[in-house]
Amino acid sequence: MKFRKIAMRSIMFAAPLLAVCATAFGDVEAAPTVQSNAEQIAASQTSINTVWMLVCAFLVFFMQPGFAMLEVGFTRAKNAANILMKNLMDFSIGSLAYWAIGFGIMFGTSRGGLFGTSGFFLSDGDPSTGDGMWKIAFWLFQVVFAATAATIVSGAMAERTKFKSYIFYCVFICALIYPVVGHWVWGGGWLSKLGMIDFAGSAVVHSVGGWCALAGAIAVGPRLGKYGPNGKINAIPGHNIPLAALGVFILWFGWFGFNAGSTTSGMNLSIGVIAVTTNLAAATGAVVAMITVWIWHGKPDTSMTLNGALAGLVGITAPCANVSPSSAVIIGAVAGVLVVLAVEFVDRILKIDDPVGAISVHGICGAWGTLAAGLFAQSKYGGVDGLFFGGGFSQLGVQALGVVSVFAWSFISASVLFAVIKIVVGLRVSPEEELRGLDIEEHGIESYSGFQIFTTQ
Amino acid sequence: MKLIIAYVKPEKLTDVKKSLFDAEVYKMSVTNALGCGQQKGYSTTYRGVVTEVNLHKKVRLEIAVNDGFVDSTIEAIIRGASTGQIGDGKIFVVDLGECVRIRTKERGSFAIG
Repeated sequence: MKFRKIAMRSIMFAAPLLAVCATAFGDVEAAPTVQSNAEQIAASQTSINTVWMLVCAFLVFFMQPGFAMLEVGFTRAKNAANILMKNLMDFSIGSLAYWAIGFGIMFGTSRGGLFGTSGFFLSDGDPSTGDGMWKIAFWLFQVVFAATAATIVSGAMAERTKFKSYIFYCVFICALIYPVVGHWVWGGGWLSKLGMIDFAGSAVVHSVGGWCALAGAIAVGPRLGKYGPNGKINAIPGHNIPLAALGVFILWFGWFGFNAGSTTSGMNLSIGVIAVTTNLAAATGAVVAMITVWIWHGKPDTSMTLNGALAGLVGITAPCANVSPSSAVIIGAVAGVLVVLAVEFVDRILKIDDPVGAISVHGICGAWGTLAAGLFAQSKYGGVDGLFFGGGFSQLGVQALGVVSVFAWSFISASVLFAVIKIVVGLRVSPEEELRGLDIEEHGIESYSGFQIFTTQ
Repeated sequence: MKLIIAYVKPEKLTDVKKSLFDAEVYKMSVTNALGCGQQKGYSTTYRGVVTEVNLHKKVRLEIAVNDGFVDSTIEAIIRGASTGQIGDGKIFVVDLGECVRIRTKERGSFAIG
């Protein structure tokens, strides 16, 4: 009885729909052929791929507020509006730079495997075909990655960099520095020809951002009061740990799009494995960073544990599609220890002031993730075996070459860029402005108007 | 007994504390304060509209001392807070009638020291 009711209802709905289809396409009567079926299937696949890639692009876009909240929370209240403006502008200016130049350099016709030379201003996308539409959507997926690399630097250079100088930097990283590495690894360049594994960008996105952050933090120098005259190292606590924690949760959420979306195909069912490895590495990174800092300093430090989750995520980004869930746990665990050691090393031994730990999280854990792909890859996941699964040293060698060449290009080019900016417009605000806060001096606004905040540091 | 009240630039607080410690003055209270003097405040813009006469952020130190420490305390505050620029702040010294330490119920100069 019930079945018949449903059947009747289906017919009631289906009949007018079929009529509409018949009028719309006219040839609904014609029997499907092998060729028409194949065309339909291909069109559906393109649609699924485009939808999946766009959904993930939107998730990765949401990492921008994640970074903004993380950085604003880890810095002082008097600079909050400035860091938010930097995060807004590196996406906005970065989008334009990547549209005009960056995408062409990254995915255009290759010149010697070094950089692309076509498709500037998104001129390659043909909106009249499904594949052309996919390509336009692909630009959106790529621009959110470019902006991720760009935004990493704002944290390391926070609280002391001139806003104008930061804008110049944004243009160059999105138009040149990031796309060149992107071309090497993802755009058919020389590293991709060697078979380097960097599935979602431990090297391409995070290391590039991290090494540019290193160059920037060295060029701009430490914040006033960070290092005392007799070598004393002072902590400058962030003003809002709840915002920083929200930022980390948002980043973790966005990262599912970052990694699983990097299939750029909804037909590729390894997205399931990728989401699982991503989550496991992040969880292990947080747990192990917490244990490490607990043993070392006696307390489970909140800000370091937050960095630990990000370290696990950065570490799994390159190998996420090539490793087993168990390997992901090990990769996350190493990243969790590494990030704590790296933060201390950068802060105490190198004496480079990095307010949010961007160099350690993105640069160093990004390099680790890239190497981890050469150690833990298993052919049943991604077709390649790493050192620990009988693949020998060849893949690890390619990964190491990738790490070194990405470091060399991004660190050197960013150092040159910051040196030029320093000469042309200056890189650092005046000491008076730094003490008073960049919000009032650079933007003429207070982030917490009506609140009393201590500006005693 | 005197009560020394000083308004200084917030960012100079670390230096002031250091110079007070060097002068062996270890007791102080610090609060956030807002105020303006010769600088006449500052202006911000919010969505294109200028807001004038915002009070500057200062910190207020209160230090109760016995008479023998007044000059050295004042000198220490000046040493720490001075930049030579407008907005360095002011120091007020007022007579202090009584001082009681709650824990021991001591009074007067014993309670201060």
